[in-house]
Amino acid sequence: MPLAVDDILGGLAARCGDVETSVFRGQTRVVVPEPRSFEALAWLKEQGFDLLIDVTCVDYLEYPGAKHRYGLVYLLVSTATNCRLTVRVFVDDPDPTVKSVVPLWAAANWLEREVWDLFGIRFSGHPDLRRLVMPQEFTAHPLRKDYPLQGRGERHNFPIITRDHS
Amino acid sequence: MSIATPEFGTAGPEAGARSEDYLWTLNFGPQHPATHTTLRLVLKLDGERVVDAMPEMGYLHSGFEKIGEHLSFNQYVTVTDRMNYISPMANNVAWHGAVETLLGIELTPRCTYIRTIIAELARISDHLLSNGAVGLDTGAFTFFLYGFYQREVIYDIFETLCGARFTNSYTRVGGASHDFTPLVIEKIRIFLKNFPKTLNDMERLLTRNRIFVDRTKGVGVLTKEEAINGGATGPVARASGVTRDLRKDDPYLAYGDLDFQVCCASAGDCYSRYLVRMQEMRESLRIVAQALENLPAGPVDVGIGQRVARPTKQQVYSTIEGTISHFELSMSNRGFEVPHEESYAATEAPNGELGFYIVGDGSENAYRARCRPPSVLHFALFPQLIRGHTLSDVVAVLGSLNIIAAELDR
Repeated sequence: MPLAVDDILGGLAARCGDVETSVFRGQTRVVVPEPRSFEALAWLKEQGFDLLIDVTCVDYLEYPGAKHRYGLVYLLVSTATNCRLTVRVFVDDPDPTVKSVVPLWAAANWLEREVWDLFGIRFSGHPDLRRLVMPQEFTAHPLRKDYPLQGRGERHNFPIITRDHS
Repeated sequence: MSIATPEFGTAGPEAGARSEDYLWTLNFGPQHPATHTTLRLVLKLDGERVVDAMPEMGYLHSGFEKIGEHLSFNQYVTVTDRMNYISPMANNVAWHGAVETLLGIELTPRCTYIRTIIAELARISDHLLSNGAVGLDTGAFTFFLYGFYQREVIYDIFETLCGARFTNSYTRVGGASHDFTPLVIEKIRIFLKNFPKTLNDMERLLTRNRIFVDRTKGVGVLTKEEAINGGATGPVARASGVTRDLRKDDPYLAYGDLDFQVCCASAGDCYSRYLVRMQEMRESLRIVAQALENLPAGPVDVGIGQRVARPTKQQVYSTIEGTISHFELSMSNRGFEVPHEESYAATEAPNGELGFYIVGDGSENAYRARCRPPSVLHFALFPQLIRGHTLSDVVAVLGSLNIIAAELDR
Protein backbone atom coordinates (compact mmCIF):
# COMPACT_ATOMS: atom_id res chain seq x y z
CA MET A 1 0.00 0.00 0.00
CA PRO A 2 1.54 3.31 -1.01
CA LEU A 3 2.22 5.67 1.81
CA ALA A 4 2.14 9.43 2.10
CA VAL A 5 5.41 11.27 1.57
CA ASP A 6 5.81 12.07 5.27
CA ASP A 7 5.41 8.42 6.22
CA ILE A 8 7.98 7.42 3.63
CA LEU A 9 10.49 9.95 4.90
CA GLY A 10 9.82 8.77 8.46
CA GLY A 11 10.30 5.16 7.43
CA LEU A 12 13.54 6.00 5.66
CA ALA A 13 14.83 7.85 8.71
CA ALA A 14 14.05 4.82 10.86
CA ARG A 15 16.02 2.58 8.50
CA CYS A 16 18.96 4.73 7.50
CA GLY A 17 19.54 7.01 10.44
CA ASP A 18 19.89 10.65 9.52
CA VAL A 19 18.28 11.36 6.16
CA GLU A 20 18.29 14.93 5.03
CA THR A 21 15.12 16.01 3.26
CA SER A 22 14.32 19.14 1.33
CA VAL A 23 11.60 20.39 -0.95
CA PHE A 24 12.14 22.62 -3.96
CA ARG A 25 9.37 23.56 -6.43
CA GLY A 26 7.21 20.83 -4.98
CA GLN A 27 9.83 18.13 -5.50
CA THR A 28 10.77 16.13 -2.43
CA ARG A 29 14.40 15.13 -2.21
CA VAL A 30 16.00 12.89 0.32
CA VAL A 31 19.70 12.33 0.90
CA VAL A 32 20.57 8.78 1.90
CA PRO A 33 23.99 7.84 3.30
CA GLU A 34 26.00 5.84 0.80
CA PRO A 35 26.44 2.60 2.82
CA ARG A 36 22.67 2.27 3.25
CA SER A 37 21.60 3.39 -0.22
CA PHE A 38 20.68 -0.06 -1.53
CA GLU A 39 18.57 -0.91 1.54
CA ALA A 40 16.84 2.45 1.31
CA LEU A 41 16.02 2.08 -2.38
CA ALA A 42 14.90 -1.52 -1.90
CA TRP A 43 12.57 -0.39 0.85
CA LEU A 44 11.26 2.44 -1.31
CA LYS A 45 10.53 -0.02 -4.08
CA GLU A 46 8.54 -2.12 -1.64
CA GLN A 47 6.57 0.99 -0.72
CA GLY A 48 5.33 1.36 -4.27
CA PHE A 49 8.05 3.28 -6.14
CA ASP A 50 8.05 0.74 -8.92
CA LEU A 51 9.28 2.90 -11.80
CA LEU A 52 12.87 4.08 -11.88
CA ILE A 53 12.85 7.10 -14.15
CA ASP A 54 16.50 8.00 -14.12
CA VAL A 55 19.85 7.42 -12.51
CA THR A 56 22.27 10.22 -13.07
CA CYS A 57 25.05 12.06 -11.37
CA VAL A 58 26.32 15.56 -10.76
CA ASP A 59 30.00 16.38 -10.29
CA TYR A 60 30.14 19.10 -7.63
CA LEU A 61 33.84 19.85 -8.09
CA GLU A 62 33.33 23.55 -8.84
CA TYR A 63 29.94 23.98 -7.20
CA PRO A 64 29.93 26.70 -4.55
CA GLY A 65 29.36 25.32 -1.08
CA ALA A 66 29.38 21.66 -2.03
CA LYS A 67 30.59 19.18 0.59
CA HIS A 68 30.96 16.11 -1.61
CA ARG A 69 32.40 15.50 -5.06
CA TYR A 70 29.70 13.39 -6.71
CA GLY A 71 25.98 13.34 -6.09
CA LEU A 72 24.00 10.50 -7.58
CA VAL A 73 20.38 11.15 -8.42
CA TYR A 74 17.71 8.46 -8.43
CA LEU A 75 14.36 9.64 -9.73
CA LEU A 76 11.58 7.36 -8.55
CA VAL A 77 7.92 7.32 -9.44
CA SER A 78 5.05 5.27 -8.13
CA THR A 79 2.85 4.27 -11.05
CA ALA A 80 -0.10 3.73 -8.69
CA THR A 81 -0.14 7.12 -6.97
CA ASN A 82 2.07 9.08 -9.39
CA CYS A 83 4.11 10.23 -6.41
CA ARG A 84 7.65 11.31 -7.24
CA LEU A 85 10.71 11.13 -5.05
CA THR A 86 14.31 12.13 -5.72
CA VAL A 87 16.90 10.14 -3.80
CA ARG A 88 20.39 11.55 -3.54
CA VAL A 89 23.50 9.59 -2.63
CA PHE A 90 26.83 11.36 -2.26
CA VAL A 91 30.15 9.68 -2.90
CA ASP A 92 33.70 10.97 -2.96
CA ASP A 93 37.11 10.40 -4.47
CA PRO A 94 39.07 8.21 -4.51
CA ASP A 95 37.23 5.26 -5.98
CA PRO A 96 33.64 6.44 -5.78
CA THR A 97 31.53 3.31 -5.49
CA VAL A 98 27.89 2.70 -4.81
CA LYS A 99 25.85 -0.48 -4.77
CA SER A 100 24.05 -1.22 -8.02
CA VAL A 101 20.26 -1.21 -8.05
CA VAL A 102 19.96 -3.48 -11.10
CA PRO A 103 18.54 -6.28 -8.88
CA LEU A 104 15.67 -3.90 -8.05
CA TRP A 105 14.99 -2.25 -11.39
CA ALA A 106 16.16 -3.60 -14.74
CA ALA A 107 16.02 0.00 -15.99
CA ALA A 108 19.10 0.79 -13.91
CA ASN A 109 21.30 -1.40 -16.09
CA TRP A 110 22.03 1.04 -18.89
CA LEU A 111 21.55 4.13 -16.76
CA GLU A 112 24.27 2.98 -14.37
CA ARG A 113 26.51 2.04 -17.28
CA GLU A 114 26.12 5.58 -18.56
CA VAL A 115 27.02 7.06 -15.18
CA TRP A 116 30.09 4.79 -14.99
CA ASP A 117 31.05 5.82 -18.50
CA LEU A 118 30.69 9.56 -18.09
CA PHE A 119 31.49 10.03 -14.39
CA GLY A 120 33.58 7.02 -13.44
CA ILE A 121 31.39 5.94 -10.54
CA ARG A 122 31.60 2.21 -9.93
CA PHE A 123 28.44 0.28 -9.26
CA SER A 124 29.32 -2.78 -7.24
CA GLY A 125 27.27 -5.80 -8.18
CA HIS A 126 26.40 -4.50 -11.64
CA PRO A 127 26.17 -7.45 -14.04
CA ASP A 128 27.76 -5.76 -17.05
CA LEU A 129 29.56 -2.55 -16.16
CA ARG A 130 30.95 -1.53 -19.55
CA ARG A 131 31.03 1.89 -21.12
CA LEU A 132 27.78 2.81 -22.80
CA VAL A 133 28.34 5.78 -25.09
CA MET A 134 32.10 6.25 -25.21
CA PRO A 135 34.37 3.71 -26.93
CA GLN A 136 35.61 0.88 -24.72
CA GLU A 137 39.21 2.06 -25.20
CA PHE A 138 38.47 5.48 -23.76
CA THR A 139 40.32 6.18 -20.55
CA ALA A 140 38.67 9.31 -19.13
CA HIS A 141 35.21 10.16 -17.83
CA PRO A 142 34.13 13.17 -19.86
CA LEU A 143 31.29 14.62 -17.80
CA ARG A 144 33.57 15.17 -14.83
CA LYS A 145 34.19 18.85 -14.30
CA ASP A 146 37.95 18.48 -14.58
CA TYR A 147 37.59 17.16 -18.13
CA PRO A 148 37.84 20.03 -20.62
CA LEU A 149 35.14 20.88 -23.12
CA GLN A 150 37.69 21.25 -25.88
CA GLY A 151 41.29 20.26 -26.24
CA ARG A 152 43.42 17.24 -26.83
CA GLY A 153 41.44 14.09 -26.43
CA GLU A 154 42.35 10.46 -26.10
CA ARG A 155 41.99 9.60 -29.75
CA HIS A 156 45.55 8.32 -29.93
CA ASN A 157 44.50 5.46 -27.67
CA PHE A 158 42.22 3.99 -30.28
CA PRO A 159 43.51 1.06 -32.31
CA ILE A 160 44.13 1.87 -35.93
CA ILE A 161 42.21 -0.44 -38.22
CA THR A 162 43.64 -0.66 -41.70
CA ARG A 163 41.94 -2.15 -44.70
CA ASP A 164 44.31 -5.14 -44.64
CA HIS A 165 43.44 -6.06 -41.10
CA SER A 166 39.74 -5.36 -41.02
CA MET B 1 43.17 -6.85 -36.03
CA SER B 2 39.44 -7.02 -36.22
CA ILE B 3 36.87 -5.09 -34.25
CA ALA B 4 36.34 -6.99 -31.05
CA THR B 5 32.95 -8.62 -30.89
CA PRO B 6 31.42 -7.52 -27.60
CA GLU B 7 30.51 -10.22 -25.16
CA PHE B 8 26.89 -11.01 -24.70
CA GLY B 9 25.90 -9.82 -21.29
CA THR B 10 22.82 -11.97 -21.10
CA ALA B 11 23.73 -15.11 -23.01
CA GLY B 12 22.39 -18.26 -21.42
CA PRO B 13 24.94 -19.54 -18.96
CA GLU B 14 23.89 -23.17 -19.31
CA ALA B 15 24.89 -23.36 -22.98
CA GLY B 16 28.60 -24.01 -23.24
CA ALA B 17 30.87 -22.62 -25.96
CA ARG B 18 31.03 -25.98 -27.74
CA SER B 19 27.31 -26.47 -28.07
CA GLU B 20 26.85 -22.96 -29.46
CA ASP B 21 29.24 -23.46 -32.32
CA TYR B 22 26.46 -23.78 -34.86
CA LEU B 23 25.20 -20.28 -33.99
CA TRP B 24 26.48 -17.48 -36.09
CA THR B 25 26.82 -13.82 -35.33
CA LEU B 26 25.40 -11.10 -37.51
CA ASN B 27 26.44 -7.51 -37.20
CA PHE B 28 23.43 -5.29 -37.90
CA GLY B 29 24.35 -1.64 -38.25
CA PRO B 30 25.60 0.90 -37.34
CA GLN B 31 25.09 1.81 -40.98
CA HIS B 32 22.05 -0.07 -42.15
CA PRO B 33 18.93 1.32 -43.86
CA ALA B 34 16.57 -0.50 -41.50
CA THR B 35 18.11 0.81 -38.32
CA HIS B 36 17.12 4.25 -39.66
CA THR B 37 19.72 5.76 -37.36
CA THR B 38 23.25 4.92 -36.33
CA LEU B 39 22.90 2.11 -33.87
CA ARG B 40 24.33 -1.35 -33.84
CA LEU B 41 22.92 -4.74 -33.02
CA VAL B 42 25.00 -7.86 -32.73
CA LEU B 43 22.61 -10.72 -33.32
CA LYS B 44 23.25 -14.32 -32.44
CA LEU B 45 21.35 -16.43 -34.94
CA ASP B 46 20.25 -20.02 -35.13
CA GLY B 47 19.33 -20.17 -38.80
CA GLU B 48 16.86 -17.31 -39.06
CA ARG B 49 15.90 -17.34 -35.41
CA VAL B 50 17.40 -14.73 -33.13
CA VAL B 51 18.81 -16.42 -30.07
CA ASP B 52 20.20 -13.31 -28.52
CA ALA B 53 20.83 -9.69 -29.37
CA MET B 54 23.36 -7.28 -28.04
CA PRO B 55 22.45 -3.65 -28.66
CA GLU B 56 25.33 -1.26 -28.90
CA MET B 57 25.04 2.50 -28.92
CA GLY B 58 27.29 5.53 -28.84
CA TYR B 59 28.00 5.99 -32.54
CA LEU B 60 26.29 9.36 -32.50
CA HIS B 61 27.49 10.52 -29.10
CA SER B 62 28.20 14.23 -29.33
CA GLY B 63 28.45 15.25 -25.70
CA PHE B 64 25.20 17.21 -25.59
CA GLU B 65 25.17 17.17 -21.79
CA LYS B 66 28.71 18.53 -21.66
CA ILE B 67 27.78 21.24 -24.15
CA GLY B 68 24.78 22.03 -21.95
CA GLU B 69 27.14 23.09 -19.19
CA HIS B 70 28.72 25.67 -21.47
CA LEU B 71 25.74 27.21 -23.25
CA SER B 72 23.16 29.51 -21.73
CA PHE B 73 19.61 28.35 -21.17
CA ASN B 74 18.45 30.07 -24.33
CA GLN B 75 21.35 28.88 -26.47
CA TYR B 76 21.00 25.25 -25.47
CA VAL B 77 17.59 24.99 -27.09
CA THR B 78 19.35 24.67 -30.44
CA VAL B 79 21.08 21.54 -29.15
CA THR B 80 17.81 20.02 -27.93
CA ASP B 81 16.52 20.29 -31.51
CA ARG B 82 19.08 17.73 -32.44
CA MET B 83 18.14 15.17 -29.82
CA ASN B 84 14.93 13.65 -31.10
CA TYR B 85 15.18 15.31 -34.48
CA ILE B 86 11.86 14.00 -35.74
CA SER B 87 9.97 16.05 -33.17
CA PRO B 88 12.27 18.92 -32.19
CA MET B 89 9.42 21.12 -30.96
CA ALA B 90 8.64 18.61 -28.22
CA ASN B 91 12.27 18.75 -27.08
CA ASN B 92 12.22 22.55 -27.05
CA VAL B 93 9.09 22.53 -24.91
CA ALA B 94 10.63 19.95 -22.56
CA TRP B 95 13.89 21.84 -22.16
CA HIS B 96 12.43 25.25 -21.47
CA GLY B 97 9.71 23.72 -19.32
CA ALA B 98 12.49 22.30 -17.15
CA VAL B 99 14.38 25.60 -17.11
CA GLU B 100 11.25 27.46 -16.09
CA THR B 101 10.63 24.96 -13.32
CA LEU B 102 14.13 25.67 -12.00
CA LEU B 103 13.69 29.42 -12.28
CA GLY B 104 10.12 29.34 -10.97
CA ILE B 105 8.55 31.17 -13.88
CA GLU B 106 4.83 31.18 -14.49
CA LEU B 107 4.08 31.31 -18.20
CA THR B 108 1.39 33.44 -19.77
CA PRO B 109 -1.83 31.58 -20.71
CA ARG B 110 -1.24 32.22 -24.40
CA CYS B 111 2.24 30.74 -24.21
CA THR B 112 1.03 27.57 -22.49
CA TYR B 113 -1.57 27.08 -25.22
CA ILE B 114 0.89 27.76 -28.02
CA ARG B 115 3.37 25.32 -26.55
CA THR B 116 0.64 22.73 -26.16
CA ILE B 117 -0.34 23.09 -29.80
CA ILE B 118 3.19 22.80 -31.15
CA ALA B 119 4.00 19.89 -28.84
CA GLU B 120 0.96 18.02 -30.12
CA LEU B 121 1.78 18.80 -33.73
CA ALA B 122 5.26 17.46 -33.03
CA ARG B 123 3.69 14.33 -31.57
CA ILE B 124 1.65 13.80 -34.72
CA SER B 125 4.69 14.23 -36.92
CA ASP B 126 6.73 11.88 -34.73
CA HIS B 127 4.07 9.18 -34.69
CA LEU B 128 3.61 9.50 -38.44
CA LEU B 129 7.27 8.79 -38.94
CA SER B 130 7.60 6.00 -36.40
CA ASN B 131 4.48 4.20 -37.60
CA GLY B 132 5.50 4.91 -41.17
CA ALA B 133 8.88 3.33 -40.50
CA VAL B 134 7.24 0.20 -39.10
CA GLY B 135 5.11 0.05 -42.24
CA LEU B 136 8.10 0.70 -44.48
CA ASP B 137 10.20 -2.00 -42.85
CA THR B 138 7.41 -4.53 -43.13
CA GLY B 139 6.80 -3.69 -46.76
CA ALA B 140 4.15 -0.97 -46.82
CA PHE B 141 5.72 1.88 -48.72
CA THR B 142 2.53 3.77 -49.60
CA PHE B 143 1.64 4.11 -45.95
CA PHE B 144 4.99 5.70 -45.26
CA LEU B 145 4.59 8.17 -48.12
CA TYR B 146 1.11 9.16 -46.97
CA GLY B 147 2.60 9.88 -43.56
CA PHE B 148 5.48 11.81 -45.00
CA TYR B 149 3.21 14.02 -47.03
CA GLN B 150 1.42 15.08 -43.86
CA ARG B 151 4.70 15.57 -42.04
CA GLU B 152 5.58 17.99 -44.79
CA VAL B 153 2.43 19.99 -43.99
CA ILE B 154 3.47 20.15 -40.33
CA TYR B 155 6.96 21.27 -41.34
CA ASP B 156 5.32 23.96 -43.38
CA ILE B 157 3.34 25.14 -40.35
CA PHE B 158 6.54 25.27 -38.29
CA GLU B 159 8.35 27.12 -41.04
CA THR B 160 5.61 29.71 -41.17
CA LEU B 161 5.72 29.97 -37.40
CA CYS B 162 9.44 30.35 -36.77
CA GLY B 163 11.30 30.17 -40.06
CA ALA B 164 12.85 26.74 -39.59
CA ARG B 165 11.50 23.45 -40.75
CA PHE B 166 13.51 20.90 -38.77
CA THR B 167 15.64 22.63 -36.20
CA ASN B 168 13.00 24.94 -34.86
CA SER B 169 14.58 26.28 -31.63
CA TYR B 170 11.22 27.88 -31.07
CA THR B 171 10.86 28.31 -27.32
CA ARG B 172 12.64 30.84 -25.16
CA VAL B 173 12.93 31.13 -21.40
CA GLY B 174 9.57 32.55 -20.38
CA GLY B 175 8.04 32.55 -23.83
CA ALA B 176 8.62 31.80 -27.45
CA SER B 177 10.54 33.34 -30.30
CA HIS B 178 7.45 34.18 -32.35
CA ASP B 179 3.77 34.61 -31.69
CA PHE B 180 1.12 32.81 -33.72
CA THR B 181 0.18 34.84 -36.76
CA PRO B 182 -3.22 34.56 -38.47
CA LEU B 183 -1.47 32.68 -41.28
CA VAL B 184 -0.14 30.04 -38.88
CA ILE B 185 -3.57 29.59 -37.34
CA GLU B 186 -5.06 29.30 -40.80
CA LYS B 187 -2.52 26.65 -41.79
CA ILE B 188 -3.16 24.65 -38.63
CA ARG B 189 -6.91 24.84 -39.31
CA ILE B 190 -6.36 23.50 -42.83
CA PHE B 191 -4.22 20.70 -41.42
CA LEU B 192 -6.89 19.85 -38.84
CA LYS B 193 -9.44 19.69 -41.62
CA ASN B 194 -7.42 17.55 -44.02
CA PHE B 195 -5.46 15.30 -41.76
CA PRO B 196 -8.30 13.05 -40.46
CA LYS B 197 -8.98 11.99 -44.04
CA THR B 198 -5.36 10.92 -44.51
CA LEU B 199 -5.39 9.21 -41.15
CA ASN B 200 -8.46 7.22 -42.18
CA ASP B 201 -6.75 6.28 -45.42
CA MET B 202 -3.67 5.19 -43.52
CA GLU B 203 -5.71 3.09 -41.14
CA ARG B 204 -7.49 1.48 -44.05
CA LEU B 205 -4.16 0.69 -45.66
CA LEU B 206 -2.51 -0.98 -42.73
CA THR B 207 -4.60 -1.61 -39.62
CA ARG B 208 -6.37 -4.64 -41.03
CA ASN B 209 -3.81 -5.47 -43.67
CA ARG B 210 -3.17 -9.18 -43.40
CA ILE B 211 0.54 -8.99 -44.18
CA PHE B 212 1.15 -6.20 -41.72
CA VAL B 213 -0.88 -7.82 -38.95
CA ASP B 214 0.95 -11.11 -39.45
CA ARG B 215 4.27 -9.34 -39.29
CA THR B 216 3.53 -7.37 -36.11
CA LYS B 217 0.93 -9.18 -34.01
CA GLY B 218 2.49 -11.21 -31.22
CA VAL B 219 5.95 -9.96 -32.17
CA GLY B 220 8.12 -8.30 -29.57
CA VAL B 221 5.77 -8.72 -26.63
CA LEU B 222 6.54 -6.57 -23.61
CA THR B 223 4.53 -7.40 -20.52
CA LYS B 224 3.30 -4.74 -18.14
CA GLU B 225 5.69 -5.84 -15.37
CA GLU B 226 8.65 -5.81 -17.74
CA ALA B 227 7.65 -2.40 -19.03
CA ILE B 228 7.52 -0.87 -15.56
CA ASN B 229 10.64 -2.64 -14.33
CA GLY B 230 12.53 -1.68 -17.46
CA GLY B 231 11.56 1.98 -17.18
CA ALA B 232 9.50 2.11 -20.37
CA THR B 233 7.36 5.21 -20.81
CA GLY B 234 5.20 6.74 -23.50
CA PRO B 235 3.50 4.69 -26.24
CA VAL B 236 5.75 1.69 -25.57
CA ALA B 237 4.55 1.45 -21.97
CA ARG B 238 0.96 2.30 -22.81
CA ALA B 239 0.82 -0.46 -25.41
CA SER B 240 1.72 -2.85 -22.59
CA GLY B 241 -1.11 -1.68 -20.38
CA VAL B 242 0.67 0.89 -18.24
CA THR B 243 -1.92 3.65 -17.95
CA ARG B 244 0.59 6.39 -17.49
CA ASP B 245 0.58 9.66 -19.36
CA LEU B 246 2.16 12.73 -17.86
CA ARG B 247 -0.32 14.94 -19.68
CA LYS B 248 -3.03 13.45 -17.46
CA ASP B 249 -1.10 12.32 -14.38
CA ASP B 250 0.87 15.47 -13.90
CA PRO B 251 -0.77 18.09 -16.13
CA TYR B 252 1.63 20.71 -17.36
CA LEU B 253 1.09 23.55 -19.85
CA ALA B 254 -2.59 23.68 -20.87
CA TYR B 255 -3.33 19.96 -20.72
CA GLY B 256 -5.37 20.34 -17.54
CA ASP B 257 -7.96 22.46 -19.38
CA LEU B 258 -8.32 20.22 -22.41
CA ASP B 259 -10.41 17.14 -22.95
CA PHE B 260 -8.56 14.12 -24.32
CA GLN B 261 -8.09 10.46 -23.60
CA VAL B 262 -5.05 8.38 -22.81
CA CYS B 263 -4.68 5.62 -25.38
CA CYS B 264 -3.64 2.24 -24.06
CA ALA B 265 -3.48 -1.33 -25.25
CA SER B 266 -2.81 -4.51 -23.34
CA ALA B 267 -1.07 -6.91 -25.71
CA GLY B 268 2.31 -5.16 -25.63
CA ASP B 269 3.35 -6.31 -29.09
CA CYS B 270 4.42 -4.30 -32.15
CA TYR B 271 0.85 -4.16 -33.39
CA SER B 272 -0.36 -2.63 -30.09
CA ARG B 273 2.34 -0.01 -30.24
CA TYR B 274 1.23 0.80 -33.77
CA LEU B 275 -2.42 1.05 -32.66
CA VAL B 276 -1.59 3.25 -29.67
CA ARG B 277 0.34 5.66 -31.89
CA MET B 278 -2.45 5.77 -34.48
CA GLN B 279 -5.01 6.52 -31.80
CA GLU B 280 -2.80 9.09 -30.10
CA MET B 281 -2.66 11.06 -33.33
CA ARG B 282 -6.45 11.37 -33.23
CA GLU B 283 -6.32 12.52 -29.61
CA SER B 284 -3.58 14.99 -30.50
CA LEU B 285 -5.82 16.39 -33.22
CA ARG B 286 -8.56 16.90 -30.63
CA ILE B 287 -6.11 18.65 -28.33
CA VAL B 288 -4.87 20.94 -31.07
CA ALA B 289 -8.40 21.77 -32.18
CA GLN B 290 -9.52 22.62 -28.66
CA ALA B 291 -6.41 24.60 -27.85
CA LEU B 292 -6.67 26.55 -31.09
CA GLU B 293 -10.32 27.44 -30.46
CA ASN B 294 -9.58 28.55 -26.90
CA LEU B 295 -6.27 30.25 -27.65
CA PRO B 296 -6.11 33.10 -25.11
CA ALA B 297 -5.26 36.60 -26.20
CA GLY B 298 -2.44 38.56 -24.63
CA PRO B 299 1.33 38.45 -24.67
CA VAL B 300 3.37 35.30 -25.28
CA ASP B 301 6.39 36.25 -23.21
CA VAL B 302 6.25 36.82 -19.50
CA GLY B 303 6.30 40.45 -18.41
CA ILE B 304 9.27 42.71 -17.77
CA GLY B 305 8.85 42.14 -14.03
CA GLN B 306 10.18 38.58 -14.27
CA ARG B 307 13.35 39.71 -16.06
CA VAL B 308 13.82 36.64 -18.19
CA ALA B 309 12.19 37.31 -21.56
CA ARG B 310 13.20 40.14 -23.80
CA PRO B 311 10.69 42.99 -23.82
CA THR B 312 9.02 44.01 -27.06
CA LYS B 313 10.54 46.76 -29.17
CA GLN B 314 7.62 49.00 -28.19
CA GLN B 315 8.56 48.59 -24.54
CA VAL B 316 12.27 49.01 -25.17
CA TYR B 317 11.83 52.32 -26.98
CA SER B 318 9.09 53.81 -24.85
CA THR B 319 9.68 52.70 -21.26
CA ILE B 320 12.73 52.90 -19.03
CA GLU B 321 12.00 49.45 -17.53
CA GLY B 322 11.94 47.98 -21.01
CA THR B 323 15.24 49.58 -21.92
CA ILE B 324 16.94 48.42 -18.73
CA SER B 325 15.54 44.92 -19.06
CA HIS B 326 16.59 44.61 -22.68
CA PHE B 327 20.07 45.90 -21.85
CA GLU B 328 20.52 43.58 -18.88
CA LEU B 329 19.38 40.52 -20.78
CA SER B 330 21.72 41.35 -23.65
CA MET B 331 24.81 41.89 -21.51
CA SER B 332 27.02 38.86 -21.21
CA ASN B 333 27.71 39.48 -17.52
CA ARG B 334 24.10 40.05 -16.51
CA GLY B 335 21.27 37.80 -17.59
CA PHE B 336 18.69 36.47 -15.19
CA GLU B 337 18.87 35.16 -11.68
CA VAL B 338 19.24 31.42 -11.33
CA PRO B 339 18.81 29.78 -7.94
CA HIS B 340 21.52 27.55 -6.44
CA GLU B 341 19.21 24.62 -6.71
CA GLU B 342 18.39 21.62 -8.82
CA SER B 343 15.13 20.38 -10.20
CA TYR B 344 13.71 17.83 -12.58
CA ALA B 345 10.82 18.47 -14.91
CA ALA B 346 9.47 16.09 -17.49
CA THR B 347 7.05 16.24 -20.36
CA GLU B 348 5.25 13.51 -22.24
CA ALA B 349 7.29 13.62 -25.41
CA PRO B 350 6.15 11.51 -28.40
CA ASN B 351 8.62 8.81 -27.40
CA GLY B 352 7.97 8.79 -23.68
CA GLU B 353 8.97 10.74 -20.64
CA LEU B 354 11.51 13.33 -21.73
CA GLY B 355 12.85 15.10 -18.69
CA PHE B 356 15.71 17.39 -17.84
CA TYR B 357 17.50 17.41 -14.52
CA ILE B 358 19.03 20.85 -14.28
CA VAL B 359 21.42 22.10 -11.64
CA GLY B 360 21.68 25.87 -11.37
CA ASP B 361 24.74 27.53 -9.87
CA GLY B 362 23.71 31.15 -10.23
CA SER B 363 25.24 31.62 -13.66
CA GLU B 364 23.35 31.76 -16.91
CA ASN B 365 24.54 28.30 -17.86
CA ALA B 366 23.31 25.12 -16.29
CA TYR B 367 25.85 23.52 -13.98
CA ARG B 368 24.51 20.18 -15.16
CA ALA B 369 21.93 19.60 -17.85
CA ARG B 370 20.94 15.98 -17.71
CA CYS B 371 18.53 14.79 -20.35
CA ARG B 372 16.46 11.75 -19.49
CA PRO B 373 16.01 10.20 -22.92
CA PRO B 374 13.18 7.67 -23.30
CA SER B 375 14.96 5.88 -26.16
CA VAL B 376 17.81 4.59 -23.99
CA LEU B 377 15.52 2.58 -21.77
CA HIS B 378 13.51 1.32 -24.72
CA PHE B 379 16.63 0.22 -26.56
CA ALA B 380 17.84 -1.63 -23.47
CA LEU B 381 14.60 -3.64 -23.62
CA PHE B 382 15.34 -4.76 -27.17
CA PRO B 383 17.08 -8.12 -26.45
CA GLN B 384 14.21 -9.44 -24.38
CA LEU B 385 11.70 -8.38 -27.05
CA ILE B 386 13.47 -10.04 -29.95
CA ARG B 387 14.60 -13.34 -28.40
CA GLY B 388 12.96 -16.23 -30.20
CA HIS B 389 11.72 -14.20 -33.17
CA THR B 390 13.13 -14.23 -36.66
CA LEU B 391 15.64 -11.93 -38.26
CA SER B 392 12.91 -10.21 -40.26
CA ASP B 393 11.16 -9.26 -37.01
CA VAL B 394 14.18 -7.27 -35.88
CA VAL B 395 13.22 -4.30 -38.02
CA ALA B 396 9.57 -4.46 -36.94
CA VAL B 397 10.52 -4.40 -33.26
CA LEU B 398 13.16 -1.75 -33.78
CA GLY B 399 10.73 0.44 -35.69
CA SER B 400 7.93 0.05 -33.18
CA LEU B 401 10.21 1.08 -30.31
CA ASN B 402 11.05 4.20 -32.31
CA ILE B 403 14.71 4.35 -31.37
CA ILE B 404 16.20 7.67 -32.39
CA ALA B 405 19.98 7.42 -32.15
CA ALA B 406 20.50 11.15 -31.72
CA GLU B 407 18.36 11.04 -28.61
CA LEU B 408 19.86 7.73 -27.57
CA ASP B 409 23.45 8.91 -27.59
CA ARG B 410 23.10 12.65 -27.14
